[in-house]
Amino acid sequence: MNAPPATPAFSLLGTTALLFEAPGAFDLEAQQRIWALAKEAEAWPEIREAVPGMKNLMLTFVEPPQTLDALQERLMAAWQAARPLARSGRVVELPVVYGGTGGPHMADVVAHTGLSVEQIVELHSAPLYPVYALGSHPGYCYLGGMDPRLATPRRKVPVMSIPGGAVSIGGAQTGVSASAGPSGWNTIGSTTMSFFDPAAEPPAALQPGDMIRFRVEAVLR
Amino acid sequence: MIEILSNAALATVQDLGRNGSLRWGVGTSGAMDDLALAAGNLMLGNPVGAAGIEIPVFPFKLRFGADCAFALTGADCDARLDERPLLPWWTHRARAGEVLALGVPKGPMRASRALLCLSGGVDVPEVLGSRSTQLRGAFGGFEGRALKRGDVLRCGHDGHGRPTGFGLVPPALAMPLQRDGIAAVRVLPAAEYLAFEPASREAFWNRDWKITAQSDRYGYRLDGEALRPIAPMELLSHGIVPGVIQVPHSGQPIVQMRDAQPSGGYPKFGTVIEADLWRLGQAPIGSRIRFIETTWAQAVAARDEARQWLAKVERMVSLHCSARGAR
Repeated sequence: MNAPPATPAFSLLGTTALLFEAPGAFDLEAQQRIWALAKEAEAWPEIREAVPGMKNLMLTFVEPPQTLDALQERLMAAWQAARPLARSGRVVELPVVYGGTGGPHMADVVAHTGLSVEQIVELHSAPLYPVYALGSHPGYCYLGGMDPRLATPRRKVPVMSIPGGAVSIGGAQTGVSASAGPSGWNTIGSTTMSFFDPAAEPPAALQPGDMIRFRVEAVLR
Repeated sequence: MIEILSNAALATVQDLGRNGSLRWGVGTSGAMDDLALAAGNLMLGNPVGAAGIEIPVFPFKLRFGADCAFALTGADCDARLDERPLLPWWTHRARAGEVLALGVPKGPMRASRALLCLSGGVDVPEVLGSRSTQLRGAFGGFEGRALKRGDVLRCGHDGHGRPTGFGLVPPALAMPLQRDGIAAVRVLPAAEYLAFEPASREAFWNRDWKITAQSDRYGYRLDGEALRPIAPMELLSHGIVPGVIQVPHSGQPIVQMRDAQPSGGYPKFGTVIEADLWRLGQAPIGSRIRFIETTWAQAVAARDEARQWLAKVERMVSLHCSARGAR
């Protein structure tokens, strides 16, 4: 992981969106401030959606403004004023089969971290992971709280498709695929859970603030 | 009503995209050539964002089950209605039972996707505010999937009394963009642009980039001189949009397209501007493209230019229809 920036960073995603990256350490409190910032910014008239990422926030435009200075100043002031927004979510337990055909990149994580399969499984299944943000694909949850010893770089070339239910590690993060699709993450196990129903309100099963626990169902080699 | 006669053609129902569900992890989808879809709809008197059918693989055939006005835009693909040749970027009227056949794209535009708009739009349910097919989530469009032989789709109405038999100069000819004789798109630098080697930044703007066979509605994987970061980067996941050019560790860039996921973590070199996404969406696999550096003000102006072109289309269509109506 690169060193966190000392000041907030703004960057452009074409004329579609602005990306705000918060400074400082990456922890639950920082993420709770991102949630607070998102809640405020989504009410601004020029903003279509305020989408929390991992210690960052993407603002998509209804119409791209002629200049960006005013929006950046407003965002900066809102970030300074943002207090952590605590959310008491529910806890969901997911049974995971680690390794085997459902965890094709376990060996890469072993090679990179220097840990054994048993240690990886133990460290990965220990925490209660808070959902920090949704993204990637419908219903997918980005989780906080992974043990930093498990951090493994994203793959040199993304895999064209990994299945739904894949439990994977990308950099300092971990998560579960909600459906099959391309991914640059390292898949170490698999689980079953329905994360998304477009007819439900809300359509995603989990929200930021909910929590996931991985229960070890089996470890395969 | 139309019946699809071709199989495995990756044709999908698309509108101008699904906005407002990024927070659930739902990307926008939508037509790869949004100008072609919008123009086709305007020619038929449809709402600009009505759903049409995007056809990327040929030959492709369908049968009209009832009389229907339609517009063909996007790639010029030697279209025929029964044996009658059809002009591209043109409105037509089909009789019940006639078969529309699209062949391999040809002509100077070298586009890769045809857009078929039907009178009243393709009538599929709106899901989360859009009729676009969400392939990853398997919802929206027609049963959340690409079309296949035997599928029957309804259109909004038959377009009876609506003038047809007129067309447009395609935007690729009206607003061409090339660099050194190669199709080009404009790019705004993104967050990690300056974290790449100066030689890589220069190569990005001055070299050709080949669109590889591993390119689809999710993203275009490009082949060219590898882009080298000054130091390795491992980022936290963040929102991204169609057009974002990611550089995985291999150094070969990937341009996110309409079915792109709404977040990612690879370093971002730049973003193909919204106004030029249709150009890239039409660039065929195996072809070469060039990138032109642009500024925020120029990118906003380019978006306005595309809008003005559509406004001109709307005025032209309305003049044409009132003139016909007066006769």
